[in-house]
Amino acid sequence: MPAAVALEGVVKSFGKLQVLSGIDLEVDEHKVLCLIGASGSGKSTLLRCVNLIEPVDTGRVVIHGEDITAPGVDQNRIRRRIGIVFQAFNLFPHMSVLENVTLAPRKALRMSRNDANARANELLARFGLADKRDEFPDRLSGGQQQRVAIVRALAMEPDIMLLDEVTSALDPELVGEVLGVIRDLAAGGMTMLIATHEMAFAREIADRVCFLDQGRILEEGPPERIFTEPTEPRTQEFLRRIIEAGRM
Amino acid sequence: MATALVSTVVVFAALGVLVVTSPGWDAFKAEFLDGGLFRSSFPDIARAFALNIKIFCISEVMILILALGIAVIRSLPGPVFFPLRVLAIIYTDVFRGLPTIMVVYMLAFGIPALLLSDANWYRSATLWAIVALTLVYSAYVAEVYRAGIQSVHPSQDAAARSLGLSRWQSLRHVILPQAVRRVIPPLLNDFIGLQKDTALVAVVGPVEAFRQAQIGEAANFNFTPYLDASLLFLLLTIPLARLTDYLIERDRRRFLAGGGA
Repeated sequence: MPAAVALEGVVKSFGKLQVLSGIDLEVDEHKVLCLIGASGSGKSTLLRCVNLIEPVDTGRVVIHGEDITAPGVDQNRIRRRIGIVFQAFNLFPHMSVLENVTLAPRKALRMSRNDANARANELLARFGLADKRDEFPDRLSGGQQQRVAIVRALAMEPDIMLLDEVTSALDPELVGEVLGVIRDLAAGGMTMLIATHEMAFAREIADRVCFLDQGRILEEGPPERIFTEPTEPRTQEFLRRIIEAGRM
Repeated sequence: MATALVSTVVVFAALGVLVVTSPGWDAFKAEFLDGGLFRSSFPDIARAFALNIKIFCISEVMILILALGIAVIRSLPGPVFFPLRVLAIIYTDVFRGLPTIMVVYMLAFGIPALLLSDANWYRSATLWAIVALTLVYSAYVAEVYRAGIQSVHPSQDAAARSLGLSRWQSLRHVILPQAVRRVIPPLLNDFIGLQKDTALVAVVGPVEAFRQAQIGEAANFNFTPYLDASLLFLLLTIPLARLTDYLIERDRRRFLAGGGA
């Protein structure tokens, strides 16, 4: 059975700056991969390449055995199967919570309004947001906005979720509720790629951890090994700084 | 508040005294401020002003549509749309660069001169003047729309596209609704200009308020009819100006309260 996500020699530059310098990785179905590394190491760009928001320069992105970087692939069809949640939520500010969640199912999947609403209501209830369905995003707390963003992605019933530092913009007391949602998803068997600075959380939830440094995967393995006996000096250095900062 | 009141009264009183004590005041009063003529001219000019309102309403609707189309074309990404973008740029450059009165002249006299049709509508100067105003103002309004489109953060498009929405669906449901909301005040500002410029239609013949006032002037050797026309224009433009200011102020408050969202 092919991996849910496979990157093969992915290179991506912005102008002269090479952000990804040959990334190879695989994530099997129902597994959680956490990407750790300093800001600017390429974690976000890597995730954005997986759902083609950023086109790769060279290399291949293969989803369930299908090369989605091949010419002529319908990118919209691919993106419907891959949910992404951003650091800054990126909710649509001119739409209510319900409209945010139902827009893509209605327009991209051509679901009826009733069906889309039913699916949205079910998801909102599941994540404790039922009473917020008619609110606008600016009336919600950061944690609530991020949970809505997760629900919005889930409403497309993706089989892969990409989470790009989803708790980095949150006040510390709101981080827990969002991490709780991600735990639920992992328990439900969702395949996930998670870029995160929450090391304790990565250690708890990840099946595998990749340490990114200057656009390369420097070290990868099960979380116990990466966090307790990293072999690369740069990984050791990174983890030492995280511990000094009290983040683990 | 009290200071503002006092200084306002002083300034206006000084200006009033200056005007009333000017050497030509008596002649001026007779030629520009004839109360009887003001009242007798008013009904005709008000009827003619209905044409200004008609021109304004028709061209406004067409401008909103045409300008949005041009702004969208200019915002299309990618090399495929390069020729369309160039056409849109040429369009906005040309029609923002030409004096409106010249475009009105050239279309209203030029197109009927082509004799492409015998129909009455084809020879109507009013129609081609409306087309001219539409072409000129669409160039301005397209730039207003485009500024609005560009002010929507790219992360909004990224969020929409990553949900599987097509480029067009993202534009239609996510970008444009936010963009249009943000540019309503500057759009209204342009429409205040359009309301006044409906008077330019007079140069090609149709009897709108300004032309009717000219007729009144010529018949009475008196400028007072222009005062009737001016009053009518102000009655139309001032409420719109106040509405625009109100909306700008409301947006500013929201921005301050909501941290930018």
